[in-house]
Amino acid sequence: MSAALNLFLNQLLNGLTIGMVYALIALGYTMVYGVIGLINFAHGEVFMVGAYLALTAIWLAASFFPGIPFGLTLLFLILFSMAGASILGALIEKIAYRPLRRSPKLTALITSIGVSFFLQNAVMLIYGSKEQSIPDIVPMTRLKIGAISVSLIQILIFSVSIGLMFFLTWFVKNTKTGKAMRAVSENPEAAQLVGISPNRIIAATFILGSALAAVGGSLFALNYGSINFHDGYLAGLKAFTAAVFGGIGSIPGAMVGGILLGVFEGLGAGYISSEWKDVFAFLLLGAVLLFKPSGIMGNNVSEKV
Amino acid sequence: MLLEVRHIHTRYGKVGCLEGVSLSVKEGEIVALLGANGAGKTTTLKTISGLIHPAAGKIFFKEKPIDALLPEEIVRLGIAHAPEGRKIFQKLDVLENLELGAFIRLDKSEIQRDIEEIYQLFPILKKRMKQKAGTLSGGEQQMLAIGRALMSQPSLLLLDEPSLGLAPIYVSAIFQMIQKINKLGKTILLVEQNAHMALKIAHRAYVLETGRIALEGKASDLVNEPSVKNAYLGGS
Repeated sequence: MSAALNLFLNQLLNGLTIGMVYALIALGYTMVYGVIGLINFAHGEVFMVGAYLALTAIWLAASFFPGIPFGLTLLFLILFSMAGASILGALIEKIAYRPLRRSPKLTALITSIGVSFFLQNAVMLIYGSKEQSIPDIVPMTRLKIGAISVSLIQILIFSVSIGLMFFLTWFVKNTKTGKAMRAVSENPEAAQLVGISPNRIIAATFILGSALAAVGGSLFALNYGSINFHDGYLAGLKAFTAAVFGGIGSIPGAMVGGILLGVFEGLGAGYISSEWKDVFAFLLLGAVLLFKPSGIMGNNVSEKV
Repeated sequence: MLLEVRHIHTRYGKVGCLEGVSLSVKEGEIVALLGANGAGKTTTLKTISGLIHPAAGKIFFKEKPIDALLPEEIVRLGIAHAPEGRKIFQKLDVLENLELGAFIRLDKSEIQRDIEEIYQLFPILKKRMKQKAGTLSGGEQQMLAIGRALMSQPSLLLLDEPSLGLAPIYVSAIFQMIQKINKLGKTILLVEQNAHMALKIAHRAYVLETGRIALEGKASDLVNEPSVKNAYLGGS
């Protein structure tokens, strides 16, 4: 197989991998925007906290259950990270945003930036400002499929992310809470009239979004082998870009937007320059806002009276 | 008395402010609330269902005060509000709208049975069950709004302008439906612009004027009241 094709396939794979992580984070942005119209800029920090919780879980597993199979450690770290991040998400919503429910949107937006700084600094105080390396718990085996070589972690990222996306789609479509989320998103007053408590649904949305970001953070940490307290900033900003790209408020949009953004970035890094990697994401954001502000899957329906 | 509203005042915007509204609804009645635009009809219903909290005054439902409760709590007590402009969930399909109407209930098999009952009342909804509610016609959306409200098994149904914006063929159909729902055992408080039709099906009625009750009485008496005739029945 030619070297050119080889490069393309490998960059595509790398792009898809990081795209899955972006998609997991973007879902939280888009769901929160869907129910309360807020861009929660602290969401990237929830992702980062999720990565640190995964690291903590690895430490805990290593000291309390040394020598357990890596599969169990993996399961434990993901569940631990999801649980911790869910609690964090619920607290952020209750303490920072709920008191501002009737304030102008801008107030909550600025608050979210404050929450983001708070979380970065809290993590820095707890875990230190230096990069923390993540122990290699997943074997480094690589599978050769034709010319492309896939790591075990990449396979893990694909299967977990795709699984969660299917789960979320099913959840929002079929469960009572999912239907209530869509109802609150469309009309909170009408939702109240059928007995839905918007506050509860909003809390549930934060919990769900935070859990997904935590999975993204855990997988990200495992894949890159290290984590720093400001890693949430850039990842969050890119996931936000992905959500806008896909159409903010749209769940399938966040999935597709995240994956496409990752691919765009991967191919850009491979063909132009990996140092320019971050530029591509924001070029894309600029282009979307310029040419299709509603995003690729956003609905442009005006309010009907 | 099923519902008793005592001297409620609201501070809500400039139009439709209430300045001491009192009214009552007995079990089994259809009570109409009439009045011009901005008289406070919608505000009265919103205050009863908890979307607005009164600045003064009390509201009792089944002898219990409800004026400090949230809408999602009031619907659990048995008051369902089909709001002005229908406010159905447009992006959800018809069936999902009905299911959400039963949000406060846990009795799955009975919910299923009640959905079938709504389909019998409004057969068109069954035909459209998988369609997004936003694609329905105005009349169908109104049926869905009433159906959704009924799904919470209310004892009192608040209907805000059910005939507004409907094609003439639907107007009489909707009023017939309201009468039928009343005969099935639901008490109804009906806000209407169409005073003529409302007084035909109501037992009693109140007339609101700029936040105050100007007139009240049996519907059959109000039809012949000169002031009502002139103001709301086109002077005929």
